Formats: sequence, structure tokens, C-alpha cells
Amino acid sequence: MQVMVAMSGGVDSSVAAAMLRDDGHDVVGVTLKLWGGESDSGCCSVSDVDDARRVAQQLDIDHLVFNFSEDFEHNVVDPYIADHASGITPNPCIECNRHLKFDRLMARADALGFDMLATGHHAQIVRTPSGAPRLARGADFAKDQSYVLHMLSAAQLERVMFPIGSMTKDEVRERATELGLRTAGKPDSQDVCFISHTGGGRRVFLGDRIEMHPARLVDESGTQLGAVEAVELVTIGQRRGLGIGIDGHPRYALEVDVPNRTVLVGAAADLDVTGELLRSFEWVDAQAREDSLDSTTLIAQLSAHGEPVEVADLSETSDALEVLWVSPQRRVAPGQSVVLYDNGLVVGGGLVSRR
Amino acid sequence: MRPEAIEAMLPFLSDRFANPSGAHRFARDSRRAIDDAREEFAELVGAEPGDIIFTSGGTESDNLAIFGLGPGDGVAVCSAVEHHAILDPVESIGGRVVAVDRSGNVERDDLERVLSDSSVRVVSLMVVNNETGVIADLASLAKTVRATAPSAVLHTDAVQAYCWTDISSVCSVVDSFSLSAHKFGGPKGVGALVVRSGIPLSPRQLGGGQERERRSGTQNVGGIVAMVTAARLAAANRSAEINRIGALRDQLLDGLLATLPGAVETAGTDRSRRAAGIAHLCIPSIESEALLFLLERGDVSASAASSCASGALQSSHVLAAMGVDSNLARGSLRLSLGWSSTQSDVDDALLVIPGAVERLQKFGI
Repeated sequence: MQVMVAMSGGVDSSVAAAMLRDDGHDVVGVTLKLWGGESDSGCCSVSDVDDARRVAQQLDIDHLVFNFSEDFEHNVVDPYIADHASGITPNPCIECNRHLKFDRLMARADALGFDMLATGHHAQIVRTPSGAPRLARGADFAKDQSYVLHMLSAAQLERVMFPIGSMTKDEVRERATELGLRTAGKPDSQDVCFISHTGGGRRVFLGDRIEMHPARLVDESGTQLGAVEAVELVTIGQRRGLGIGIDGHPRYALEVDVPNRTVLVGAAADLDVTGELLRSFEWVDAQAREDSLDSTTLIAQLSAHGEPVEVADLSETSDALEVLWVSPQRRVAPGQSVVLYDNGLVVGGGLVSRR
Repeated sequence: MRPEAIEAMLPFLSDRFANPSGAHRFARDSRRAIDDAREEFAELVGAEPGDIIFTSGGTESDNLAIFGLGPGDGVAVCSAVEHHAILDPVESIGGRVVAVDRSGNVERDDLERVLSDSSVRVVSLMVVNNETGVIADLASLAKTVRATAPSAVLHTDAVQAYCWTDISSVCSVVDSFSLSAHKFGGPKGVGALVVRSGIPLSPRQLGGGQERERRSGTQNVGGIVAMVTAARLAAANRSAEINRIGALRDQLLDGLLATLPGAVETAGTDRSRRAAGIAHLCIPSIESEALLFLLERGDVSASAASSCASGALQSSHVLAAMGVDSNLARGSLRLSLGWSSTQSDVDDALLVIPGAVERLQKFGI
């Protein structure tokens, strides 16, 4: 098959490319240039492109760089900034997967005649008894990336390969070492790729682009307890920088009200909720939706690597899906994703809505 | 590279290896090779031997010109379609950039306005644009510069011009010009800055004082000899080659315009003021990046705009300056022809390109 493999310059996609080549596919490596601004980590820096190119040269496969920076800015960076300006905490990696890797790049792969698009994600594709493709967790649970890939529909899963999904990270690194790849010992990328962490991080990045506003910290009675410098940088559930309550316990952000420059704070227990309202919910396919609405074994992932949470019930409204937990859970910040799984397989996911 | 140029440089990579600045007879042998090359090159480009400064190529020559030419501390001025080797140095020192029209020609009014606005040290206006192939009317531009900013030094980036214009005549109106060997069949990494005598130039690269203390650094003897060999060959049948390659270019463009719906010649339909070796067009509803991949799979190697440090294509500042619609510029295609191009190359390109474009237009990408 003709396979386009997205190569970030990291060890996972390097090994993915090697495995595809060794399986006899006609492989072309592609690195996306996503960000023109300053950045020192992740998928965007020149040294990462160098790593990807050198690995491709070593594997003797073609390597291309596609400039998707305009689309990235439009679909990932601009919404990231706008969300923060309105008190929402987005997950840019999910939006990048949704709009860039599995939309724009997949369309490019189609147009160029590739049969499949592969990436180095830790996730697996399995089949239901009726033959429909489903996204399963990566074999390395600690590195599982199914959460950030939940938007992949069954139709997209038919066109995608995750060659290293059945391996642990240690196995991936061992394989890279055996192959003598320069990326074998490269640390995992952790942070938002378009934000320079040597240049002041999120605070400076956002501060250069939107106006920051001081905000009052208030309790349920409306009494002011303190202040923060920038309401746009406060995330629901955040503890740091909010001080200690009169009971001697830490305070947490419960609500962020940007227009009124107010952050409601309270105790950890005040964060607990019985469920979440999800908008833009995308099911893997119609069957997944049908089965899930009746299922009693659904669990939810509220963050990429948090403990899975048992789902008590689902109810659909015209524009949202309400998910109820078996036992109360910490509130999830609006803009973050909740992903539902049944029997270890992703059935869909959506964005947490503001209360 | 032209085979003769390769052959000419080989002895300097083996037996005739000496540093031309040395004091022994082997050094004198290298020195003589450079002296001969300098004289011949001066003759070929219409300059005096002492005007020639051998450099590592066009970018170094342009940088030396922008940073080093002219007296005093007036501003540097260039056009908006210059190569980055001019544009970036000019912008880095707060210089001024002159607008161009839709055909890629310098806006005369804007040039006069900018030149009369401030005290100008150096003006740089390129002869042949490396993307579009547009050939500037340098003689007429020079008149404007001389009339409006008489004390300014006039430089031209002639890197792209050697094969496609009568270089000594075209550059006779300027004080300084840049050339690069690999644009006319010589090796990469060698070029020249030609600065006419009496024109002030302060060196940027200090050291051993080579090139009459204007560009220190041991000369690339083999490269210089090969460059001049290539220059000689390119000049020998220049007008015949312009006719031959121009005819191939016309065939290529006419064939593509006839088969690609909506495709346009980027700099307009008048090809008489464009380099014979460049066919530049814009194709609607496609992206160059995708097209180049399909063309490569069909054994056609082409270009679009320039690449950045990561190797990704960047949108073209030249097309933007010309006011080409950004959606159209996204589908730009530059096909280059040269001394080694043949009829069968054109035939192959005309077979491969329309199919690739059709496929991409069908996918809407």
C-alpha cells in the first residue's frame, strides 16, 4: 500500500515509519510545519523537522514538509486564544488532530493517491464483530492517546494506521535503538507546541495577544477574598495562586466569569458535580450511539491520563449530551473533552459546556 | 554543472592545491589561475579586473553590497520583489522598500517618492526576477535613480540574469552587481560582486586581506576557475540559447495554458521582457505543495515559491508584492529551463502536469 506517515521528529513516529517500511509498504514521511512563530518544543521546531528528515533518510523513504501554518493558526491557535479570552480552557492537541492531522492532512493524502495515513500515536484500531472499526487504547496504558483521537469517525478509522499502538513506549524505544535511529532517546513532547516555554509560557503567549484583566476572587456569598492578575489564565479546578481558605484548606476555582472579572472559589468538595453537559458530541458511528445509549458499562475519560469514571446515564438534548456519573466527580473545565468508552473502545467524545 | 566547468576545477582539487596567497611557486600557480580567471571574467561581464571581488555566491555578494556600498549613513532602498538576499539586509537596517506593479515592474512614482524622501546610500534593483523571470528596464530605472538620488550607489542583483541578458550591456548602467556561478552552469558556493572603481565599499569580512582587502578569506580557486569556464560557455552561444530555450518555454507555457482551465501567466502575457528560462504560472483551485509531489512522482521537478528553514514552502513575497490574489498564488508553479533542457523535457512536462492538476482540482486541494 501507499502510506503517508506523519513524522513529528519524535521516536514514536520514527518507529512507525520504520515498521511500515519493513512491512513492505510504499512509505512517504511528512512533517507538518504548523507554526511560524517562536516555539521550542513539540511538532513545530526546525530541529524536530531535522530529526524527522534524518530518520527518513536513514530509512531510505521520501520525506516532505507541508506548510499548514495558516490552517493551524486559523483552526487551532486563534480558537485557543479566543477560548482563553472568554474563560474557556481548550485542548489544542485535540483540535490539531481534528482539523489538521485527520482532516487537512488526510485530504492531502487522498488527493496525492495514498491508501492510508499513519501516525505514531499510542492507540489501536480494532473491529467489532460486525466489522466496524473502533479506536482502542494503546497497549501502553500510561501513554495511551485514544483520548486525543476520539474525534476519529469509523470512516476515518478505515483510512488510518497506528503502527506502534500495540507496543509499549519501552518497546518503541528499544526498536528505535535497534534501528539506530537518532530519535531513540528523545524525550516525549509534553507541552503545547506553539508556546515557547523559555519565552515565558502561556502567560506571555496570551498576554502578547489578548488583553489580560485582573479579577476578584469571591466566595458563594459574593464576599471578596482576594484577587488574581489575569482572569484569562484561571482554569476551573485550579488551586495554585488562589490562596488558602479560612478553614485552612486550599481554595479552588469553581467558576470563571470573564465579563464580570470574577472567579468564584471554594473548597475541593464544591468542585464535585453529578455530571457534565457535552456539546459538539461526535459518535464514532450511528451504531456506537445506539449501543451506548443502552449500555450499562460506559466509562468516561475526563482528561488524557486521568482515572476512568463510571457513567450512570446518558441523555440527549437537541444540541448536547448530558452525562451523569455513578458517583460525583470533580468539575471539568469548559472546553476540555470528555471521551466515552465501552468495553475499552472509544464510542465518542464531546466538549464540556459552560454551566 | 557544465562538464567543462567540472573538468576545469578538478586539477585545483588535487595537484594544483596550493593557497594562492602563499609565497612559493605552487602558490604562484594558484594565483595565476585566479588572475587569469579574473581578467577573463571582467571581460565577460564588462568590467575591469580590479572591479571583480570573488565571493561565496550571490547571497554574500548582495549582503556585502547592501551593508558595504556607498558613503555615509544614508538609507538602503530596494524593490519589493528582490531576493531575500537583498530584501532582508535592507529591512534589517531600516531600509525602504519600493512597490511594484501587477507585472512585477518597479512603480516609478513610488521609486521617485522614496528616493527624494531621504538621504539614500545604496539602491538595489534586480535585473531578472528569480521567481517570475521579469526583466527590469534597468537603463530607464537607472536614469530615475541618478536624477533623484545622485549620490546613491546603484547596485543590481544580476544573479538570475547571466544567461538571459547581455550582462555587460545591461549592467553598464550600474555601479555594482552580484553574480552566482551555479546560475550559469558553474559550481555552487562561488560568485562575484562587481564594484566599479571609485565606488566606495567597506568590507564586511576582515582577515587576510584577499580580494584587495574587500573580502578576506582564502579564495576558492577551483570554484573560481570553474565559474569562469561556465561563464565563457554560457556567453559564447547566449543569443542562440535564448532563442532555443525561449521557444521551448513558449511551447511549455502555451501547452499548459491551453490544457489547464483558468491558469494564467503570473506576470502577464508579454513574454518579451521575461527571462527565456523561466515559465511561471498560477493555477486556480490547487496547492503548489500537493502539485509538486505529484509532478515529482511523474519525474518532473519543479518549484513554487521559496522554502523556509524547515523546508516548508512559504507563500511568495514576490507574488504578494505584485498583488496576485492569494488564492491564485497558492497554486503557483515555476518551471525552469536551461542549457541542458531539451524538447523531450518539455514534451514530458506537458504529459505529466495536466493530469496532476486535474487530479488535484477534482479533489479540491
